[in-house]
Amino acid sequence: MTTWHIVLLASLACLGLKFAGYLVPASVLERPVAARTANLVTVALLSALIAVQTLGDGMALAVDARVPALGVAAALFALRVPFVVVVIAAAATAALLRALGWAA
Amino acid sequence: MFSGGSQFAVIGVLGGGGVGAGPSAIAGAALLGTRNTLYGMRVKPIVGGGVWTKVVGAWLTIDESTAVSTAQPTLRSARRGFWVTGLTVYLGWNAMTLVGALLGDALGDVRQYGLDAAACAAFLGLLWPRLRSRQPVAVAVAAAVVATVLVPVLAPGLPVLAAAAVAVVVGLTDLFGRRTRTPSDRPAGEDRP
Repeated sequence: MTTWHIVLLASLACLGLKFAGYLVPASVLERPVAARTANLVTVALLSALIAVQTLGDGMALAVDARVPALGVAAALFALRVPFVVVVIAAAATAALLRALGWAA
Repeated sequence: MFSGGSQFAVIGVLGGGGVGAGPSAIAGAALLGTRNTLYGMRVKPIVGGGVWTKVVGAWLTIDESTAVSTAQPTLRSARRGFWVTGLTVYLGWNAMTLVGALLGDALGDVRQYGLDAAACAAFLGLLWPRLRSRQPVAVAVAAAVVATVLVPVLAPGLPVLAAAAVAVVVGLTDLFGRRTRTPSDRPAGEDRP
């Protein structure tokens, strides 16, 4: 198996899963349990992605400039600052802390 | 593959384990991609059009297009939000991926620009509008804790999937759900005999 085989197989799987969502009858989501679970799975996946993206370093945990940057982002989202501005501010926070040598 | 989380999963696993880790790279990408199945079920009525429109719509069904469209008050703005977001991200994402592939080494360490922190903030922006009641907040906190604790234990990509199990348990049992509806949604006097 070459890297291209892996990329193509993973791509087919991901696209197939997208199509599967469109083939499931809409009535499935009308059941409260299914709708609630679907919403909560999205919340859990996003929250887990934030945690891993912020604290993960391969298979290790690390506290570095990403943590204060995420704090800045949370404060700005709470103040209803637009999405793009928040993302740029978070990147700038991490970049600045690293440039100053205050965080890894 | 138009799904950032899945792309990162493949790159992360292959970067750590090489081509030999191919099967877990594919599995990680597919499992992370299962949320797009859920998104598809949500946005299918919003996308509209015929079969081919839906095929393109399915391709563009991602975190961003789903989040933007489901946050809109009307069907019209939801449909507009879906297509504008999906197409914009598709073009921007792939153009920038190409730039990254061509110039990656010249840029040096992207961490010096804080791009890793930008990804954290972007995910938080997608999560933020969903944290309106007790139940999703509880799930978000538990999922973050589960994923963090499992990072040193499981292969890259799997901690995130394990965290999704939290949501399935809470969703099926409606844990924390009752308090969410109290007292604002409950008619006055319902508790009295």
